[in-house]
Amino acid sequence: MALPGILFFVFFAVGPMVLAFYLSFTQWNGLGDPRPVGLANWRKLLNDDRLTQSLTVTVALTVVSWVFQTVISLLLGVWAAGRQRNRAVLSAIFFTPFLLSSTAISLLFYALLDPNFGIIHADTLGTTSGAFLAIVFVGGWQFIPFHTLIYQGGARQIPEVLYQAAAIDGAGRLRQFFSITLPQLRNTATTSGVLMVVGSLTYFETVLILTQGGPGTDTAILPYLMYQAGFKSYDFGYASAVASFLVIAATALSLLMVRLSGFGAMRSTREGM
Amino acid sequence: MKTAPAPGPDRTAPRRRHWSRRANPLAGAGSVIWLAVVIVPVYAMISASLTHQSEALGHNALKPPSHPTLDNYDTVLHNGFGHLLWNTALVAAAVVVIVLALCVPLSYVAVRTRSVWSGAAFRLFLLGVAIPAQAVVVPLYLMITKLNLYDSLLAIILPTAAFAMPVSVLILTGTLRDISEDLYEAMGLDGASTTRMLFQLVIPLAKGGISTVVVYAALQAWNGLLFPLIFTQSDGPRVLTLGLFNYVSEFGVNIPALLASVVLSGVPIFVVYLVARRALVGGLMGVGGK
Repeated sequence: MALPGILFFVFFAVGPMVLAFYLSFTQWNGLGDPRPVGLANWRKLLNDDRLTQSLTVTVALTVVSWVFQTVISLLLGVWAAGRQRNRAVLSAIFFTPFLLSSTAISLLFYALLDPNFGIIHADTLGTTSGAFLAIVFVGGWQFIPFHTLIYQGGARQIPEVLYQAAAIDGAGRLRQFFSITLPQLRNTATTSGVLMVVGSLTYFETVLILTQGGPGTDTAILPYLMYQAGFKSYDFGYASAVASFLVIAATALSLLMVRLSGFGAMRSTREGM
Repeated sequence: MKTAPAPGPDRTAPRRRHWSRRANPLAGAGSVIWLAVVIVPVYAMISASLTHQSEALGHNALKPPSHPTLDNYDTVLHNGFGHLLWNTALVAAAVVVIVLALCVPLSYVAVRTRSVWSGAAFRLFLLGVAIPAQAVVVPLYLMITKLNLYDSLLAIILPTAAFAMPVSVLILTGTLRDISEDLYEAMGLDGASTTRMLFQLVIPLAKGGISTVVVYAALQAWNGLLFPLIFTQSDGPRVLTLGLFNYVSEFGVNIPALLASVVLSGVPIFVVYLVARRALVGGLMGVGGK
């Protein structure tokens, strides 16, 4: 009964990943059939300054986005898990960005950051740091509502007895937050973190629409480098080498996160109670 | 305004002192700041979409339009918006059906069987969460061309469904683990077949997880730009995201019309949100609740 699902997934996701690795040893311009060229693409890739730059931008974007989104969605989520009267209304408004697609959101900020039209009458996207921060901000604007929900769900599952016990022991709000809320949200933070990291590796739409990798190639993250090499320059062998590199990086990263947190074992948050 | 009484039998007076129920001015202030961060762009978008194109140049998006107009919406609606919407709805529906049909039985097997194979399959999907779609578009492009699916809705539907599977399996196995072993045993004693168990026990009890998966898979289909951008080319199978993306070059500097199209693209999901808020929000919350 599980077989159709596994076969479908292998055919459309795992298989192509293996095929990407094979294609990285070929030359192919999109027409005809790929032609084996050995290590040429990899040699070119590893000597390419664009790869170093792209890798640096990708890592910086991932780390900065992760910090930005985690801090805000953790605080908002824990706050929203409480029972303040205005909470429901505010939570509903916080959710608005979720009603728009990444494409729509990127277009919205493309318009709002337009120097002749938008909110800030300056060429924000024309400067390296401006373009970088714009991508981080737009990514956060879009995904913080989702991660807030994840943290809200996690915070709701923390047993109230823990807080009651802590209150009896005289622990203040801050102490309760650091000694109960944070440790109890460990698994939630991992789930959310894995999704954030994998998500920011793929900020493709935002980069494609907001900056086209610019100014110059300053915001050309790995997926954009792949897209450019493949679907703009029709060098699919080289694009596949970039893609394989991306898979290796993403898998290593998530394996590391899964290992570090014990997420794979699906252990209960209630552990040790 | 009254606070609704919280459920739970042991609600006693001392619990009113619980931290989450006392006013928290710092968190309150923080949430108001974030509220502004969310609201200002949305307000600017709606206001700008009502601005005349002639007024747009040198206009500050925060200023309300002096002569509000619906012309921009008219322009967008006469540019094939309905067709885009229809295609997107078709893709989303097909993706949801495929994901449910494949993932529910799969998760059931993964939870119920303790074999090396089901463990390996589960790990495969766990790792699958980390496969970025960008990494496989080149080989998928090759496969889709060879399968003669290029420039069709199926070229969008099939890979989108495959990439929605890992998270769906994680959500569903989480839900199915919570179904008590006794229930399976009781049904087994009654001589129920696996299929009957699936339809009469698993599906009714896993409603929460299933609705989360429906929301998640539909959003994936609704949001995707990459697959449509690379696997389609003509007007026929064009979906909403690609249509929006193309408006940039079509409308050029007509930013009000561009923003009107962005607003319109949010309307359908806003309607769904109004109708199914509880399922939508509750379902997504479940992703981190496990």
